[in-house]
Amino acid sequence: MTLIRIILKRLLSMSITLIGVAVIVFFIIRIVPGNPIAMMLPPGAGEEDIARLKALYGFDKTLPEQFLIWVRGILGGDFGTSITSRQPVMSLVLGRLPATLELSIMALVMAVMIGGTLALIGTRQRGGKAEALIDVTNGVSLSVPDFLWGLLFILLFGVLWPVFHISGRVSPALDLPFVTNFYLFESLLRLRFDIWLDLVSHMFMPALALAIPLAAIIAQLLKQSLKETMHLDYATLARTKGYSENHVILREALPNAILPTLTLVGVQFTFLIGGTVIIERLFSYEGLGNMAIDAVINRDLPLIQGIVILFAVIFTTVNLLVDLTYALLNPRLRHG
Amino acid sequence: MTVTDFSRRGLLKLSAATIALATTGLPALAAGIDDLVIANNVNLPSWNPTLGTSAVNPTIQGIYQSVFDMFIAQDTDLSQAPGILTDWGWNADQTKVEMTVREGVTWHDGSPLTAEDVVWSLERAADPEGGNPIQFIWSTIGNFEVSGNQITGDVLRFEPTIFKWMSFLTGYVLPKAYIEKNGQEGFEAAPIGSGPYVVDKYERNAFIRLKAYDGYWGQAPEFKTVTIKFVTDATARVAEVESGNAHVTLEMPSEEFDRLRAGGLVGVAQPISDIGMIFFNDIDVMKDPNVRRAAVKAVNKQAIVDRLLSGYGVAIDTLQTPDYTAFDASVTTPYDPEGAKELLAASGYSTDNPVRFTIQTTRGFKPKDYEVIQAIVGLWRKVGIEAEIEVYEIAKHYELRATDTLAPAAFYNWGNSIGDPTTSTGFAMFGPSPHSVWDGEDLVGMIAPLWGEADEAKRIEGWKAVDRKIADDALVLPLFQYVQPILHAPGVKVVPHASGALLPHLMTRS
Repeated sequence: MTLIRIILKRLLSMSITLIGVAVIVFFIIRIVPGNPIAMMLPPGAGEEDIARLKALYGFDKTLPEQFLIWVRGILGGDFGTSITSRQPVMSLVLGRLPATLELSIMALVMAVMIGGTLALIGTRQRGGKAEALIDVTNGVSLSVPDFLWGLLFILLFGVLWPVFHISGRVSPALDLPFVTNFYLFESLLRLRFDIWLDLVSHMFMPALALAIPLAAIIAQLLKQSLKETMHLDYATLARTKGYSENHVILREALPNAILPTLTLVGVQFTFLIGGTVIIERLFSYEGLGNMAIDAVINRDLPLIQGIVILFAVIFTTVNLLVDLTYALLNPRLRHG
Repeated sequence: MTVTDFSRRGLLKLSAATIALATTGLPALAAGIDDLVIANNVNLPSWNPTLGTSAVNPTIQGIYQSVFDMFIAQDTDLSQAPGILTDWGWNADQTKVEMTVREGVTWHDGSPLTAEDVVWSLERAADPEGGNPIQFIWSTIGNFEVSGNQITGDVLRFEPTIFKWMSFLTGYVLPKAYIEKNGQEGFEAAPIGSGPYVVDKYERNAFIRLKAYDGYWGQAPEFKTVTIKFVTDATARVAEVESGNAHVTLEMPSEEFDRLRAGGLVGVAQPISDIGMIFFNDIDVMKDPNVRRAAVKAVNKQAIVDRLLSGYGVAIDTLQTPDYTAFDASVTTPYDPEGAKELLAASGYSTDNPVRFTIQTTRGFKPKDYEVIQAIVGLWRKVGIEAEIEVYEIAKHYELRATDTLAPAAFYNWGNSIGDPTTSTGFAMFGPSPHSVWDGEDLVGMIAPLWGEADEAKRIEGWKAVDRKIADDALVLPLFQYVQPILHAPGVKVVPHASGALLPHLMTRS
């Protein structure tokens, strides 16, 4: 019962958040200077031309009227039409979402692998030079923003040792047999490893740039949790029983120390998706973030609205899942 | 197995996997160039060249021109040349337009391009409900009649530049039957034109793959396949060419251009039709002619070009570049800091009591835009002008300009790839235009009769007089003509176009 109440409560707050985001994004992007009609005015356009273009794109109506039209459209599943491409916003946005999700998931997997490995080594070698080196590495990783890592990787693995693709999501020469836009997953399902390798070769640098700061956070938190757990009675008992240090870390300490890290990973995943905006631009990766920047530059208001709403849905959904996972794993929350 | 063992082995396995991935996933570049790869600086948002922001975005016209033909072709020096129209002009009393359509041209689906297609394209562009931002130009002609490959139409309002617009924004011939059959969405998904390349594949925000059109009426392109990758970040774009992943790119900092040219890549840098300029808005202190004239005299344009743009620019004194029709070399505004001080002193200003105003600029929209304004503000400070820099986005500039609310000074780059004075001085300085922030009635009075002037020589002389008046009264501060750096692999020969369009069908193997 408690769990159902938690879900209902979260769904309610999620709806309120989404309505708030919709209202804020709609009015803010219309209040800030720079309107799309001014962007498309040619030299020599007169007042009549301006009025005609405003009417064509629906900007001749009052803000509340425009808002009502937009909301009515959303309720009917129509998020409007992009000003720059004249395509339905939802099909554009959903078409790019898989690329961003795949990049984010790959970055998350990398972050967990790198961060987890560093935490385990740091715990195993605690007090030694290896741990000090890991602490320094974590510090450096956290202090350098992801886009700088991206630039560094472009120079290292794109120019000096050109082993990975610098831009794009997939090589233009490849013919893709896919029916979904989840290229990475679908290439695996279809056993098309040639395309899978090409995709990974494109995603490696942007994913790693996104992963490094998160890996450092995971490494720090997990190492700290492991070190605390290693002093607890059951760890001492395991050692007394003659289990090796590796066994104590992996079998006794890790399952207990990992809970706060899992929560953190869930929360950080939303930030990681937010980080894709700059990274996708840097690597010309055809995801939502890259599209968002173009939409802002071109003042494509319906597209900006659609992207922001979708990001908000992703953020709130991930937060909901994190809360539910935590509730499931933590009996005090589940029953209390 | 211990954790330490596992980590070592795991690390080795991971390294091996990474190397395998890297070697197998590498872009395979043939020794010779079969597939020409261009790293382009902008995305293509839409295949409709007559709608919305795409229609007036000069940076994507090169892509459109690879697939679609313009009504009238344009040579690399901006002069017009026979294209789909082989002959064009007015009748004797300029009440009708007369055009001849090239015979034997086919669309990419093999169907013939006819005079009906041309008329349909002109009428579509003039349709007030069609969303073409340049509709006000195309609507000046109409009531077309077709006889074979001959078209005649009525002049509804005389527009002396109508034929020049046929090589400019939205001046594309589009396939009537194909669009009527497939609709705009079908056309967007699988566009066809009559240009040198066929669209083979298009991934929005990612790339376009083009294949040479065997039935093209003009010179057959040398590169049979071309991939245009959209790489909007300058660092990544340069890296693409440096690493051999792309063969041609453009728009990079001049220092990078020089560095890479010295390192084995080839570069061409030629002036294009874009200029850098500073709008003066006739508000506040800019109403004082002494302040404006001092602001112009205090700027050493040549030094800015030499030091900030590494010489990749041409200093200009009017809004006409040397390639434009109404360029007049006798109109000059020399660098004269002492003269600037005297003018300011006459209005009560000095370095101790400087005149103050705001100057707006973009930062990174054009190479070195902010740095140029910083340098100008430094030069102004030396003579008694204290300008505060306000950085804004280009979208804000457009809105402020359209509402005549720019700061007293505002940096902008103005493109004019047909080189006509109406599309430079005219629209930038004619008060009623939404692109002008100078509202002086005397200038409006000089410009107004020129819009419909039928005598071409008189029209051009009229614009030269306007430019002289603008220079004398310092109503705007023209800075420099941009030089576009294009970097490419040694195996490619790139022919630059003065419009700034990067045209793959003009590229050959060197």
